[in-house]
Amino acid sequence: MNLIAGTESWAQMAFWVIVGLTLGGAGIAVFPRNILYNVLGLALALSGVAGVYMFLGSSFIALMQLLIYVGAICIAIVFAIMLSRPLHLEAPERNAPKVAMAAGASAIFLAGMLGVAFKTDWVPAAQRSADWSVETIGHMLLTRYDLVFEVISLVLLVAIIGAIITAGASRRLSS
Amino acid sequence: MNALSTYLVLAAVLFSLGLMGVLQRRNLIGMLISLELMLNGASINFMAFNRFLAPEPAVGQIVTLFIMGLAAAEAAIGLSLILALFRRLRSINIERAQQMRG
Repeated sequence: MNLIAGTESWAQMAFWVIVGLTLGGAGIAVFPRNILYNVLGLALALSGVAGVYMFLGSSFIALMQLLIYVGAICIAIVFAIMLSRPLHLEAPERNAPKVAMAAGASAIFLAGMLGVAFKTDWVPAAQRSADWSVETIGHMLLTRYDLVFEVISLVLLVAIIGAIITAGASRRLSS
Repeated sequence: MNALSTYLVLAAVLFSLGLMGVLQRRNLIGMLISLELMLNGASINFMAFNRFLAPEPAVGQIVTLFIMGLAAAEAAIGLSLILALFRRLRSINIERAQQMRG
């Protein structure tokens, strides 16, 4: 009994550590002016979000998060940084009124979201199935939610072709 | 394990940080990074509702996978546009990109 309570409190502590990593990484991703710190903070925050998915009961989505976001998107952003502006140039100073207005707007948004989250009386569905398996997800992706699968395939294909044409054609035009 | 509202607060804070970044940065890559934070806030919301409220736990996971695919497509297109803009202007500051003529 004591042991179970012990693991419970350990899990609780791990949860708060992961939340702290996520929010800290998000802060690093937004506030420093050096773009490389931003990418590293983004990787930290996305890994933390993967941990949160683990706590929400889906290790499959957590692995996909690590694979797609941390593994692919962060690396693509690092490539774009290396191909664009040289890092030794000094970043321009921030414009204080703009920062203040952005902070005000996002604070208003945050207050609204927290109001919705706390004021609403969330009611669980009457019948809830407990089927979290990857087999069910795959089965549903190919039967009832077929459209999601097809649309995401089409969007990715269009994105690949568009990215190649945008990055390649402009090189031909400018050289 | 934790209450639904814990996850909702976490998602709202992530989304607001991303919103602030999008509004305040002038570096296009920085704006893209903040956009990824906003998408992750939305995904956490979906997964939390999926865990605590939804009748069918597979659906929220499918939606989250959909968001991930869209984020990957958006990052690829955004980064190639940023590269094209950098070749033309020699800068990725958003305030320099004011001309619409190609």
